[in-house]
Amino acid sequence: MPEDRAPATPVAAAPQSPARAPAPDRPRSFQDVILRLQDFWAGQGCAILQPYDMEVGAGTFHPATTLRALGPRPWAAAYVQPSRRPTDGRYGDNPNRLQHYYQFQVLLKPSPPDLQDLYLASLGAIGLDPARHDIRFVEDDWESPTLGAWGLGWEVWCDGMEVSQFTYFQQVGGHDCRPVPGELTYGLERLAMYVLGADHVMAMPFNDPAAPVPLTYGDVFRQAEAEYSRHNFDAADTARLLRHFEDAEAECRALLDAPETDPRTGRRIVMAHPAYDQCIKASHLFNLLDARGVISVTERQAYIGRVRALARACADAFLRTEAGGFGGPDAPPA
Amino acid sequence: MPDLLIELLSEEIPARMQARAAEDLRRLVTDGLVEAGLPYAHAQAFATPRRLALAVEGLAPRSRPRREERRGPSTTAPEAAIQGFLRATGLTLDRLERRADRKGETFFAVLEHPGREAPEIVAEVLERAIRTFPWPRSMRWGTGDLRWVRPLHSILCLLSDEGGAQVVPLSVDGLAAGATTRGHRVHAPAPFAVSGFEDYERRLGQARVVLRPAERAARIRHDAAQLAFARGLEVVEDEPLLAEIAGLVEWPVTLMGPVEEDFLHLPPEVLQTSMREHQKFLSLRNPATGRIEGFVTVANLEAADGGAAILAGNRRVLRARLSDAAFFWDNDLRTARAGMAEWREGLRAVTFHNRLGSQRDRVGRIAALAREIAPAVGADPDLAAQAAEVAKLDLRSQMVGEFPELQGRMGRHYARAAGLPEAVAAAAEEHYAPLGPSDTVPTAPVSVAVALADRIDTLAGFWAIDEKPTGSRDPFALRRAALGVIRLVLANGLRLPLAPVLAAHGPRLGAAGEAFDAAARADLLAFLHDRLKVHLRERGIPHDVIDACLATPGADDLARLVRRAEALAAVLSAPEGADLVRLYKRAANILEQAEAQDGVEYSFGADPKWADHESERILFAALDAAEPAVRSALEAEDFAGATAALARLRGPLDGFFEAVQVNTDNAVIRRNRLNLLSRIRALALGLADLGRIEGGRSESGQAA
Repeated sequence: MPEDRAPATPVAAAPQSPARAPAPDRPRSFQDVILRLQDFWAGQGCAILQPYDMEVGAGTFHPATTLRALGPRPWAAAYVQPSRRPTDGRYGDNPNRLQHYYQFQVLLKPSPPDLQDLYLASLGAIGLDPARHDIRFVEDDWESPTLGAWGLGWEVWCDGMEVSQFTYFQQVGGHDCRPVPGELTYGLERLAMYVLGADHVMAMPFNDPAAPVPLTYGDVFRQAEAEYSRHNFDAADTARLLRHFEDAEAECRALLDAPETDPRTGRRIVMAHPAYDQCIKASHLFNLLDARGVISVTERQAYIGRVRALARACADAFLRTEAGGFGGPDAPPA
Repeated sequence: MPDLLIELLSEEIPARMQARAAEDLRRLVTDGLVEAGLPYAHAQAFATPRRLALAVEGLAPRSRPRREERRGPSTTAPEAAIQGFLRATGLTLDRLERRADRKGETFFAVLEHPGREAPEIVAEVLERAIRTFPWPRSMRWGTGDLRWVRPLHSILCLLSDEGGAQVVPLSVDGLAAGATTRGHRVHAPAPFAVSGFEDYERRLGQARVVLRPAERAARIRHDAAQLAFARGLEVVEDEPLLAEIAGLVEWPVTLMGPVEEDFLHLPPEVLQTSMREHQKFLSLRNPATGRIEGFVTVANLEAADGGAAILAGNRRVLRARLSDAAFFWDNDLRTARAGMAEWREGLRAVTFHNRLGSQRDRVGRIAALAREIAPAVGADPDLAAQAAEVAKLDLRSQMVGEFPELQGRMGRHYARAAGLPEAVAAAAEEHYAPLGPSDTVPTAPVSVAVALADRIDTLAGFWAIDEKPTGSRDPFALRRAALGVIRLVLANGLRLPLAPVLAAHGPRLGAAGEAFDAAARADLLAFLHDRLKVHLRERGIPHDVIDACLATPGADDLARLVRRAEALAAVLSAPEGADLVRLYKRAANILEQAEAQDGVEYSFGADPKWADHESERILFAALDAAEPAVRSALEAEDFAGATAALARLRGPLDGFFEAVQVNTDNAVIRRNRLNLLSRIRALALGLADLGRIEGGRSESGQAA
């Protein structure tokens, strides 16, 4: 599969330079912002992936970031990832808060020397010309206790508003990242609202306002936001969620404990990805339990620790796969 | 004499690290140069968001040749030792010197280090500085192993003299030093070469980079004041914020905007905090009304449209932020006007400490304590208790949830909104003070009562559960709480013996209170005394003076203790005072030795009729005069008077020691003299234990 055939050379070594000139006009809709970002990063040689088909809290959880940040093989991918933060649900009423929202995620490994310039050019591509807008890199170190990951970087401000996170990953799943990936995360709703001049997320045009069926963000999501808010805060069955959490944890462990050699094919197949799916599940179930208010302050740390243990174990397993560099020229000692 | 210019250009350095990093670069490089034998005349370092720069003037062109002698093993040492020395020195056996001394013959190596050229030394020193740079947190990037605060992009390293400039050959992890740098990221991204520091700073200026942080801050300060003045406003001073902003921009462009009509009703501190914390805006105040009516934001760009888009964006973001703040404020006011019952109940849900109950439990204790100590601070007990009940309620407000630093200040607003007495509202804010050692101390009696009760409860609680500070660990800020008690008591001159207050508070602590026994209370009091010593030492009163006073009864009355110590310190700072201590110690030592030797305590029975020498009779007379004077002064708590009266014994006592031998063969006279000295000791002890004053104040202080 293409995922396993990462480019042989880092994207930075042969970027399509110079970065494409920004489009003269501004995006007209939410999806226009997404399409332009995809187009821009495709132009920089990134694989444009599709969202991961599971519930995650942030684009970082996509295995194309979490797992691919590890190991010696170069990587270059960009994708939109729907993300869920159950506690942020406001029934669709709040102008800025959503329990389901989109992130645009870019991961380049190794981080190219001109990553800041590329990022600025990407803002130009969505109508934010750095010669007209005040772009600032403000210290913000990133840490994910559930992924056992951290990095240094900035939150990027555009005219006083935070529009992206920019991080040089140092560790994921407890492993040093070598080479170091550069990660960009664009908060799409906020960014698009700014570019489009929308005051309420639900009022933002989703498709072209001149289309035969013009749809706003609210037309697409308001109904679901209300339903999920009720679900997250009151309706989700906590006993069942707890059980699912335990199941996901056990399944993750079981997959990782399976012998590396597949009895059916006789091949060495470490199941890092299926195990990591269970880790993602556990993480989302924890978020739901948290929104339901059934996790006390002291329990909280324990749950986070359990998810982190899974993430670490999955990272260990990934490094024993071919995609993680196992058996390759730069392979770490097995 | 060449000059040296170094610039390390990187991606954005966190603002809070820049000043320290510039200083570290200066120190690491100049120390390294000096160590390698390359002195210099002057060095100055600078930081911008993207660069650290160092200019060294008057550097020696080369280091002086140096001769080094190393002592080796004895000539009779085992072969291995001699071989080791040869390896360490890089010499052969025939190049070693043999020198004889009393113990025999020893090898010496004489090493001639030739002088080295400056570029070689600079390259070595700079590479080491880069590789060992003490960033609080550093990172790797790309495929490299080098660590820097963020990716390092270029190294400029230039030695220049009248003959021109030369690049110092240097390469760190594939990054070769050169003579070029780059200007502002947007305005002047192309590389350009420089020939020396002056040229560097000038060209940077042309490339829209102000190198000096102080100059960036000054520009912002000046431009902000000008903009504000034009609108009849003034900039609310905030130096830390100004310094932070100066660390976020290489080319500060100041833009002003209004606080929109919808938000002008918000309390000034809310506007200011929201704008500072979220947006790093300076606040503009209307001097006539005290209202915050505008803001200044500092962009890093001279935009073609004059900053219109930037300002519009910032206004938009601010509107969203202030809408949130206004939403919190309106909700909070509704709760406050309804009597704040919701918040009172909410405090039950907040754990203060799992062994000390909820915030609600704690508020109950503080209220009881405030009521108890109210009379001693001159407050109405009911008001004090009511204020304590209200003081923590704003912790449940939405505004304080968003901006914890507004605790207390919001409490005051909400207490007023609830229609509570002004003294109660004031206490909601003032009881948090003093925070730092230089913070003002509240003086309004109700505020003082709550402030004291708050801190005493905290201290008693953590002492009860044995969570005392250890070493540098003080997670509950108990040292600060203790200093708060001390400053509240002293600044208000409160007569508040703490021992009974602490004893009465134990039962309020519930199950935990059982462990707050006499020993724990004594330990807490000792802790307070320790903090008092630190506090008074800063005010010039030596710790041994406090120790001397602590030995007197009633030391839990801190105000009295300090007045006693101050009076004593004043006397002791004069030579006569030191002399008094010396004489007292001599008397006390003689007594103690005699008592140890004889197994009795000499306490009374001194009789002038056994006085054998005129000096004794003078001392008797002086004591007869001093005793009532000291005692009545002590009763009146006139510690200066008591000390002065005691000091009048100095001459007679001195004369006594000059003239007579206490331990004479005549047992009757000896006992009489010892009893006489014991009268002096007893009298002095009423004031302080002068024996605890440290010796060395007088060269004969050790005399016995």
